[in-house]
Amino acid sequence: MGIDLRSLSQRGGAGFLRVLRERWDRPVFAALASVSLIALGLILFFIFSEALPLFRTISLSNFFGGTWLPTVEPNRFGILPLLTGSGLVMVGALVVAIPFGLAAALFIAEIATGIIKDIAKSVLELLAGIPSVVYGFFGLMVLAPILQQIAHIPYRRTALLASLILGVMALPTIASLAEDALTAVPRSYREASLAMGASRWQTMWRVTFPAAFSGIIGAVILGMGRAIGETMAVLMLSGNAAQMVGSFLKPVRTLTATIALEMAETPFGSEHYHALFGIGAVLLIITLAMNWIAEALRGRLARKHGS
Amino acid sequence: MVTGTHDTKRETTAREWIRRNFDTQGVIQTEGLSFYYGKERVLQDVSLSIPLDGVTAIMGPSGCGKSTLLRTFNRMYELYRGARAEGKITFLGQDLLKADPVSLRKHIGMVFQRPNPFPKSIFENVIYGPKVHGIRKKSELQDIAEESLQRAALWDEVKDRLKESAFSLSGGQQQRLCIARALAVHPEVLLMDEPCSALDPKATDKIEQTTRELAEELTVVIVTHNLQQAARVSDHVAVLLAGGELAEFGPTRTVFDSPSDDRVCDYLCGRFG
Repeated sequence: MGIDLRSLSQRGGAGFLRVLRERWDRPVFAALASVSLIALGLILFFIFSEALPLFRTISLSNFFGGTWLPTVEPNRFGILPLLTGSGLVMVGALVVAIPFGLAAALFIAEIATGIIKDIAKSVLELLAGIPSVVYGFFGLMVLAPILQQIAHIPYRRTALLASLILGVMALPTIASLAEDALTAVPRSYREASLAMGASRWQTMWRVTFPAAFSGIIGAVILGMGRAIGETMAVLMLSGNAAQMVGSFLKPVRTLTATIALEMAETPFGSEHYHALFGIGAVLLIITLAMNWIAEALRGRLARKHGS
Repeated sequence: MVTGTHDTKRETTAREWIRRNFDTQGVIQTEGLSFYYGKERVLQDVSLSIPLDGVTAIMGPSGCGKSTLLRTFNRMYELYRGARAEGKITFLGQDLLKADPVSLRKHIGMVFQRPNPFPKSIFENVIYGPKVHGIRKKSELQDIAEESLQRAALWDEVKDRLKESAFSLSGGQQQRLCIARALAVHPEVLLMDEPCSALDPKATDKIEQTTRELAEELTVVIVTHNLQQAARVSDHVAVLLAGGELAEFGPTRTVFDSPSDDRVCDYLCGRFG
């Protein structure tokens, strides 16, 4: 007795397609969705399986040693100068990107309205959409001579130059994710604060910003990930000298640039080849850890205010 | 704007302070007040005078503009785009629409429909206002917190857990925390926008009691869609009808027993069954 519930949702259609829709929709979508998961798994597997053979011949402490000399006997595969190079450029980039990015986020989320807000948002999107090679070209042709003149640096390509450009590149990431975090703060908090005679400025600093704090930290960490993973622009701008330096006014080499520069010239299966995969594995671990921390912080924000 | 504020340390209630310093019958008065959201008119030529004493309730069917009327009193309507008030509103005799909204809101506090504590500790919630207004001394802030929580009838329940998150409180407690938070700024008027609409009957009862007690010291204006609540807590009542027209304003008993407007009679009787 009763109505066949399935017949209610049937929309007809012929043979194969109908079977596909009714029986196979879930598995088909699940399979399509799992492609990205499988891709990630394969990348992880190959990077690590190509990196591990390196440690048959050199020790972990040599791998984190202070000299990167892959092609001259005796070969050295110490990635410390590359790590410090990446670190230096990243710190410099964050010094540029954090204040300007957060200011942009506060402006868009709290101050701007109407057309100004739309313009500011699309400027950020545009900034994010510029190819990194264009950033590199601009940095080299326009910014580098200016920097050299102002600071009297003997080098054209320096960590400073790479940091400045990379800062502008990481800015949209930080700004738009921090803006998401600020916008996610319930309006009722702001209303409560304003209703007590707090100014908009006080409300922003004492209520909205602290309430969005974990999401903002998440945004900064994703910006760091962006800065650490960027290759083309730093390759063009940092000078690529694989030496330990503590100065922004000298050339440095990053992890990413090293892979890009040396991959083509290394014999398949050599120590050098495995060392480059080792660098890839280090980069992967750093960026995955950053993404994981950032997502955890952003998720915490969502849980805290979601009711 | 109104200069100076009453000092509770001198054992003076807001009401006493107003009586001494101002020669006003109505604390807040509106004259020919109309209100628009864009082109849509929400309030129509409203003239009323909120008396200094007791609780004034604003009632009416949903969508009649009660909350909007309340939000003109502390200029909170300005947060919404396209909102515009026309006409005259005075607070203690001074033009409220020309005042600085930030300092106005130190005198006219507000409690919202849903409890909206900050994601901070109970203590930090209460002292938020005083801190924003420049009080730094720890002992003074502690005194204010205790006094405000006492006045909101929450002190006994939270005195041992002031450092805990405000979200650890029940809905009713959160709403009383919001009342305490508003009181900590020592306003002369407290606006309450359907403060019990998200609460159960027991918590509602507690808020109503607190409201009655607060009305001894300061002017309370409460928006409610609940006729029984208006009858229980208010001394005066304003009835708005659809279209934002003020149909009736007077002492609660008079309005409930013998409304002069037929439509108000229908509204009151319809709801009572």
